[in-house]
This record gives sequence, structure tokens and C-alpha cells, in this order.
Amino acid sequence: MTEFIIRRLLSAIPTLLILIVFSFLLMHSAPGGPFSSDRPLPPEVLANIEAKYHLDDPLALQIWNYVWGVVTQFDFGPSFQYKDRTVNEIIAQGFPVTLTYGSIAFVVAVVFGCALGITAALNQNSWLDYFAVGISIGAQVLPNFVMAPILVLIFTLWLGWLPGGGWNGGQWPYLIMPVIALSTSFMASIARIMRSSLLEVMHSNFIRTARAKGLPARAILFRHALKPAMLPVISYLGPTFVIMITGSVVIDLYFTTGGIGQAFVNSALNRDYSVMMGITILIGCLTILFNLVVDILYAWIDPKIKL
Amino acid sequence: MTSNRALALSSVLSMALLASPSIADVHPITNEELADEQVFIYRVGDEFASIDPQLAEDVQGGEFIRDLFEGLMNQDADGNLVPGVATHFEASADNTVYTFQLRDNAKWSDGKPVTAHDFEYSWKRLADPNTASPYSWFAKEMGLKNVKAVMAGDMDPSELGVKALDDHTLEVRLENSMGHFPLMTTSEPTFPSPKWAIDAHGSDWTKPGNIVSNGAYVLTEHVPQEKSVRERNPLYWNDQNTILERVEALVISDDNGALTRYLAGELDRTEVPTGQYNALSKKHPDDAVSFPRLCAYYYFINMTENTHPALLDPRVREALYLAIDREVITNAILQGGEFPAYTFTPEATANFVGPDTPARSMTQAERDARATALLAEAGYTGEEIELDLLYNTSEAHKKIAIIVSQMWKQKLGVGTVLQNMEWKTFLEARSNQEFDIGRAGWCGPYNLASSFLDLMSSTHAYNDAGYANPEVDALLEKAKTSPDPSASFTRIEEILATDFPIIPIYHYAGVYMMNDDLRNWPVGNVEQKWYSRELYFAAD
Amino acid sequence: MSDTAIAAPEGHVETPTKGRSLWQDARRRFLQNRAAVISLFVLGLVCLVAVLGPFLAAWSNEEVDWSVLGDIASLGAPSFENGHYFGVDELGRDLFARVVQGTQVSLMVGIVGSLIAVTFGTLYGATAGYVGGRTDNIMMRLVDILMSIPYMFVLILLLVVFGRSMWLLFVGVGLISWLEMSRIVRGQTLALKSKEYVEAALAIGVKHHVIVIRHIIPNLLGVIVIYATLLVPQMILTESFISFLGLGVQEPNTSWGALISEGASTLQYGTYWQLFFPLAFFVVTLFCFFFIGDGLRDALDPKDR
Repeated sequence: MTEFIIRRLLSAIPTLLILIVFSFLLMHSAPGGPFSSDRPLPPEVLANIEAKYHLDDPLALQIWNYVWGVVTQFDFGPSFQYKDRTVNEIIAQGFPVTLTYGSIAFVVAVVFGCALGITAALNQNSWLDYFAVGISIGAQVLPNFVMAPILVLIFTLWLGWLPGGGWNGGQWPYLIMPVIALSTSFMASIARIMRSSLLEVMHSNFIRTARAKGLPARAILFRHALKPAMLPVISYLGPTFVIMITGSVVIDLYFTTGGIGQAFVNSALNRDYSVMMGITILIGCLTILFNLVVDILYAWIDPKIKL
Repeated sequence: MTSNRALALSSVLSMALLASPSIADVHPITNEELADEQVFIYRVGDEFASIDPQLAEDVQGGEFIRDLFEGLMNQDADGNLVPGVATHFEASADNTVYTFQLRDNAKWSDGKPVTAHDFEYSWKRLADPNTASPYSWFAKEMGLKNVKAVMAGDMDPSELGVKALDDHTLEVRLENSMGHFPLMTTSEPTFPSPKWAIDAHGSDWTKPGNIVSNGAYVLTEHVPQEKSVRERNPLYWNDQNTILERVEALVISDDNGALTRYLAGELDRTEVPTGQYNALSKKHPDDAVSFPRLCAYYYFINMTENTHPALLDPRVREALYLAIDREVITNAILQGGEFPAYTFTPEATANFVGPDTPARSMTQAERDARATALLAEAGYTGEEIELDLLYNTSEAHKKIAIIVSQMWKQKLGVGTVLQNMEWKTFLEARSNQEFDIGRAGWCGPYNLASSFLDLMSSTHAYNDAGYANPEVDALLEKAKTSPDPSASFTRIEEILATDFPIIPIYHYAGVYMMNDDLRNWPVGNVEQKWYSRELYFAAD
Repeated sequence: MSDTAIAAPEGHVETPTKGRSLWQDARRRFLQNRAAVISLFVLGLVCLVAVLGPFLAAWSNEEVDWSVLGDIASLGAPSFENGHYFGVDELGRDLFARVVQGTQVSLMVGIVGSLIAVTFGTLYGATAGYVGGRTDNIMMRLVDILMSIPYMFVLILLLVVFGRSMWLLFVGVGLISWLEMSRIVRGQTLALKSKEYVEAALAIGVKHHVIVIRHIIPNLLGVIVIYATLLVPQMILTESFISFLGLGVQEPNTSWGALISEGASTLQYGTYWQLFFPLAFFVVTLFCFFFIGDGLRDALDPKDR
């Protein structure tokens, strides 16, 4: 087990290097640069600025210096766009925000999704089942950029119950709509996966045996069925968790929560190279980490799976 | 403006101050009853990149800097010069040397006095290549002596034409005569910056806690991408006349989302989304406001060899100019009180007389007929022409591009390929001349026709379309030194109306939803230089 | 949806039949799934609208109706009199024609995107699985590495770098999903390779390509079809997100995502039809794909037999 984890963590290094080089090259091939502006800068000014940020070095040297700075000093460089901030500061400011509402949304999605899925599976082909399936498909296909304005219209404009945006240090009224908008479609997916995987387990031989032995339904569900039924859900949750704590661009844009998703889109549009790199690396690390967690969880639930 | 008038204004202002009783509930000048809570919350579409006076380049950063810092001169609600840190100034006879007298009661927020040395430092900092300011071109615009050599790094910044003669006297030497120089001291890059704070904190000096400023407000909180808060500065020399206690700027990128939050009472001011002004002003007549701005929205035509060959014929360009029904765009699309533009320079510009071109007096039907005739005369059928129309990503630009392309198609048969590009890609395509027609907007940096027409110079940095007319260049040169250049400007507009290097479409209006208790918004200031210290909330 | 949603096949015939019986069997199961059949029918209708719509529309998708411009909220509502069956968009353009055109684009993105993902993923996964050994190991390590790359972010970068174009959109959304596909296909191929009937076939000297065609492909096809059906709605959702960011197709072309995002942003001004019609098409189509995908899985998944 330990050996497996170490091996996986070691193999993350080349992965991250590939990611860094790839993003770096892609980014620098984008038209325009961080300092191209509406009124073109006089060449001597542009030269001064590029020298200040070492943008006039050869690309290979820039990549090397970047990686060196990251590895030796954990220094991701200054932001090109925001003159008084470093990438570390921008991530330190935005990531906790995204992590907070992302985690809450994740828990909400898992709890309600599983509950919905289990209810549907246990009452298969009843109206409850159809209702749950209908709700979950509906929730899955409604894009969150439609849901967000509708939520604001209802809860802010008509009812006046919740603030229409902002973060304010994460007070709960500011959390509710982002969490709903973010969790709904994931909740729906989880419910669908949970339902079909539980159904499959419930019709398998060992459950039939348990039932034949006369075990009560509740015991069958919790003691025998749920654990194997969770496997597909867990393999879905790994990447989902990363998407939820990072890919919430819509939430950031609509509710102005100031998270990492918006920071990424802005940095891509502003060609804020260093911020874009920093966030890409952060997300890359998280993706690798959670893929690993999923594999470990898998082995823990199903001892037959070898790591 | 002469120094005498500035002096007179200043004394009127100080008399008003002396007369004002220090009762908190009544406005000192109008005696209007004030609201208990004096907190102004407004929306910005984007986070400012910097509030360092010498580094900032965006509008939202400028709004902050005008509150946090104070330059030599300020503008009043109509855009006239009023004293700032300087009480008055004197100009040499040929307008090449200016001497500013600074008030002795101006203080930084840490208690240090504001001196002429602070201005000398900040102006040199602006031009210094080591600062690497993206706004350093402004120093060149100001025409300070030796600025070009300093910026190129060939001369030490200490040689720049600005010098503190003593703590309260600042002398400015210019390369050439410039009558409107004092106007430039209301621009943010000329504001003072605190050397000791910059030395102590480096680029972090603009963060709350580190920042030292000399304006009516201090920055107390900044949550990037969410909000920033400025609160009144008790050490500001004119603090007793400041009424707003606190100003908050919330970053909300979506226009419609911002409007929802305005309507829910979370904001005191937001932009009206394109085309919603009429409907909103019916529902909220006291909140919806619209006033003219000194900005032009126009299309520029690529006249380099990369262009569509038909565009090299002025008749084709004129046909395109004529076939746009500007009334439809201002009345049916924008609906916010914008003005149809037939000249580049807005009518609202000071001392500007528009030329009497035939296109202005025609009806749209006549213009359309003339356009068709011109195209035929040039030997083209519309179907032979397909133009790349370049614009940057924005709802409003998209709408106008679609409508204009339909007007050209339906009236002339000219086809267009719409090229929507995000900003940086757009800039790149524009500077590489990879377009036939491109979209542009320009706000004059000051209330002079030259701040628009300079763009038509063959050497202007903004001239990517390759327009060059020696007569225009000569007229612009002449206007720089002439005591009354307005005839030259009218003549340039006449030339533009035969060359058609650009197609003016409309002149902007500032279209806002604004809390109806908010008073003193300077709607008459066409540059929209507003200062929070002048605003206040009246009691209901 | 699970196997048991369908009645267990009665009189499951054990007589030796040709390979094709698998498909006959599957078809029977599929046709018994009412939701899937109805979905297939509705999806057919949506496609029909996409194809025939331009002939039914009274306006083209880019023509501006100048008579309603300026007061869309009251003049632009759906009406048969002026030929705007679905009303007009914010610029007075016929929404029906635009929805039809958006349907074409979105379905194209969905189908081409998943075709790219499926083709590439299948080729890659089947090669890895069939060749096996070190090649397999290296190829799958590469997939692991690529899976650690945050794709949504790379897609945004790609669109920023290369500008918006329909083909990049296809390739971009396709790129996101081929990895998952290649893993599934590889797993299946590995399993099939060690099946008794494959080994038996090998033993009696049946050639490789015959084994592949007769035994492996038909078994893979089930998984591929199911996966492809479930990919299409994902692709359409991805495209809509890209459009929301303003990086989608160029005007005057449009897509469901672009129309929905425009409609959602103007919802508060009372032009509800601008959201309703594109959203209805979008939701109904996605529902259909999900139900068909579930139905296919129930009908084809060998495990359920």
C-alpha cells in the first residue's frame, strides 16, 4: 500500500512537468501578451516592461526559471495584471473561497444524491422511482448558468430573502445560492449512478441468498448491499470533487464569489501568464491527488482489487 | 484658464467652506437635509489592475485614485478646472513654463505634509524606464522637457522638466508651448505618490494597511474580485466638507446580474444593460439617468494593402458610411439617449463646430439612394464584396455589428463575416491589419476636439488602419500652437467626410441606474471625472 | 436505468444461432422499453425540425425584422401573424429560424464530438488491449497522465489560442472524453481476449481478423454505442458552457448554449420566450439521449443476460 502511494506520487512528477511545459507553450502561442493594450505601448516602454518581468528571455530559459522558482522557493511569480499581487496571494485568496462552497456543495450533492438514488432503487418502478429519475435527469440537463439567474430572480428580487451575490467571508446567506447552483447537476448524476448500481447489487446472488436467509431489508441494505454499490459512485466522485472545487466558473461569474474559477478565466483572457500557470498546476495536483484517493478507497472497499 | 480665475474660484470655494455650519444633518451649501447613512455602493464590471497613480490604466482604477489621491488641479461638475493641492498656477507668456503654488495645509494620511517634492518624485517616477509603467506614454503626452530621452533611458530622470523650487512651489518646463497643460494635472498619472511608503513596501504599498494617500478617502479593505472599501480620511485638508463616509465598489461582471442586484437594493449605482433604458425609465423614472459623454463609437476601415480592394475606393467607403441608419441604432438598439454620429468629434466637445456635410441634412432614404448610386459608380455590385468585420467580445458590440451588417446586406447587398474575438486576440488582429473593418471606441482624454482628431494623424499609435493624409497632419500640427484651432478642426472633419477612413456610428451617453437620493453626480462632466467627496445622500 | 426495468425475456432460446441474434435480442429488449422508444421518436422529431425547419421558417436566421426592433418585449412575442412562431430574439431576428439553426449546430457538436471521442478512444483502447504487454502498459500510463490534466481549462486555453471555430469546438469537446472511452474499451478487449470461445476459435485455427470481426467487435459495439449515446448530451452541455463564456460559434450562427445563455440573461425583462424555446429543445433532446442511452444499456449489456 505505502509502496503504491509512493510510486504514484513519484509518477506525478513527470505528469506535472508535461503539464507545465504544455501549458506554458500553449499560453505563449496565444495572440497578444499580458501588456498588449488598446493603446499600443511605445516600443521602449514595452521593452522596459518585458525586461522587468523577464519576458525577453528565451522560452526554454523562462520555463526553466519558472520550474526552478516553484521547486526551490515555492514561488509562482508575480501577477502581470494585478501590480501589487503575487500568484501565491491570488491563489491564497481565491482557493479557500472555492474550496468552501465547493466542499459544501459536494457534501450536499453526495448526501442528497445517494438518498435520492437509494430511495428510487428500493421503490423500483413505483411513482417514487419515476419521480426521482425524472427530477434527477431534469436537474442534470439544466445548465447552471440558467439556474443561477433564476435563483437570483426568485430569492433576491422577488422574495428578497438572500443577497444576490458576493462572499462576505462566507457567511451562510451568501453561500446558499452558490451551493444550490453548483450541487444540483452533480447530485442528479450521483442519484442516477447510485440507483442503477444498487439495483444491480440487489439482484445479485449474494443478496438473494441473504434475503432467502430471512435477513430484514434494512440489514441487507446497510450491511451487504450499500458497500459494493458505492464503488461506481466513488469512481465518479474523485474527478467530480476536483471539478466542483475548481470548475465553478459560472458560480464565480454569476455570484461574484471571487473564487479560483473566475481567476482562471480572467487570467486566460488577460494573458496573465503566471496566474494561469499557477492555477493550472494547482488543479493538476488536485486531480492527481484525488485520482489516488479514489484508487485507495476502491481497494479499501473491495479487497479483491489489487493496487 | 488663467491663474486669476482659478484663484477666484478657490476663494469662492473657501468662502463656502467658512460659511458652512458644522451640523452633520444638513448640506453645507444647499442646506438640504442629509440621510443618516452616507454609504455609497456602486458596481464595477472589472477588478482594477492597480491603484498606483503611475501604474493604473483602467477607468475603475482611475475612479479609486481620484478619491484616494489628489493632484494639483481638480475638475468641477462641469469639467472646469478648480484648485486641488495647488491653489493656483502661473504660465509663462509662451505657455512653456508653468509654476504651481501648493497649499500648505494638505496632508498625507500618515500626517506628513504634501509637498512639491512629492509631485516631482511621482512625475519622474512615471517617466522612469525602471518603473516600467504601461501609462508612461502620458508623460510624453504632457510634453515635459527631456521626456523622450528619459523614457528611452538615455538621460537620468533627474533631468526631467519638473522641479520643486521649495516645499510649496512646483515648476514645470515643457518642450513646446501647450495651452491646455493644466488640464492634464487632473489626470491620475500626475497625482503624487509617497516615496517613503513605496520604498518601504515595494509593489505592496497599495495594499490596505500599507497605503499612504493624500485624498479625501483612504483604502481600508480590498477583497480582490469581490469588493473594495474606501473610508473618509480625517486628515484631508477639506475633510469638513466631505459627506460620504464610506464608498464600496463591488465587482460584478454581468450587466444583467448587476441590474438585478440594483433592483434588490444592494447597489446605489449600476450601468443600464444595452437597450433597457426605456423600459427601466418607465418603471423607475427617478433612478434611470442618461447624459452625454465625450466618447465616439466608430468603425475604422483598413486602408493598407491587406484590405479588401474595394475599400481603397473612397466611394465604397462613403456608401458604407451612408447606408448605416444611425437613428435605428440609437433609438431601437441602444435606447439610452446616445447621439447619432456623423462626425468623429462629439458635438458636446468644447468649442467644436461640426462641418456642414451633405450627409447630415439628408433623410435616411436619400442617404440609402446615394449609397447605392455611389457603389454602382465605383463599379461594384454589393454581392461582389464580402468584408471581415472585427469586434471584441461584448453584447453591445455584437448587437451593433449584427445590425450594421444587416443594413449593408439589405441595402447594398454587401456581405460581412462577423469576427468576434476576445480582447487580446482582437488587439493582435488589429495591429496586424487582419481585418477589413474594425470596431473602436474612443473617449477623449480631455474636453478638446484635438483629443479626438489627433487619432487621425498618420503617426498616431492608435492608427492601425493606415490612414495618412498630409493635409490632416499639417492641420493637426498647426492646431497645436494656434490660439484658436477650432477652424482647423472643422476643416479636418470636412476632410474626413470625403476620405472616410472611419465610419462614426454614435456618441456615447452615460446610462445608469442611480439611487434617487444620491445627489451631485456630475452629469455635466463629459469626461465623467467624479469625486466621492462631492456626492451625498439626501434624506428621503 | 437497470435491467429489471424490462420484463425478463421469456423463453430465452438456447438454440445455437448466428452472431446476429444478439442484435435481434437487443432490439426486442429495447423496443420493450417504452421510455426509450418514445425518446427515440421524439429525438427523430427534433432532427426532423433541424432538417426541415429552414423550409418551414418564414424568416432566415439572420434577417432583422425592423418592424419589431426597439420594443421586442411587447412586439416580439411568438405570433403566427408575422411568421415569428417562436417570437424574435433581442435584435428582432426570428427565433424559430435561430433555434432550428442552433439545433443543427448543437447536434453536430454532440454527434461529431462523441464520434471523435469514440473513434479515437476505441482505436487506442482496442490496440492497447489487443497487443497487450509493454505496449499496453506504456499506452495506459500515458492515458493516466493525460487524465491528470484539467481539461476544461485546457479547452478554454485552446479556444483562446486558436480563436473560435466550429472544428476546434468539435475536436476540443471530443478530446475531453476519449480517455475514459479508451480505458473502457481496453478493459473489454482484455476480457474478450481470454474468453473461452475466443480461445476455442484460436485453437481451431480461425484467423485473427475473423475473431476480431466475429467475436470482439460485436461485443465491443454494445459498450461503444451505449457510451456514445451518453456522451452526446455531455458534449452538448460542454458546448453550452463554452458558449456561456462567449467562446462559442461566430454570429450569425448560433447554438442552443448561446441561445439559452442569451435568453437567461434577459429573463428579467419579460422576454421569456427567448429562454423557453431553446431551453425546451435542449432539455427534451438531452432527456431523449439519456433515456435512449439507458435503454441501450439495458438491451445490450452482456452482464444482464
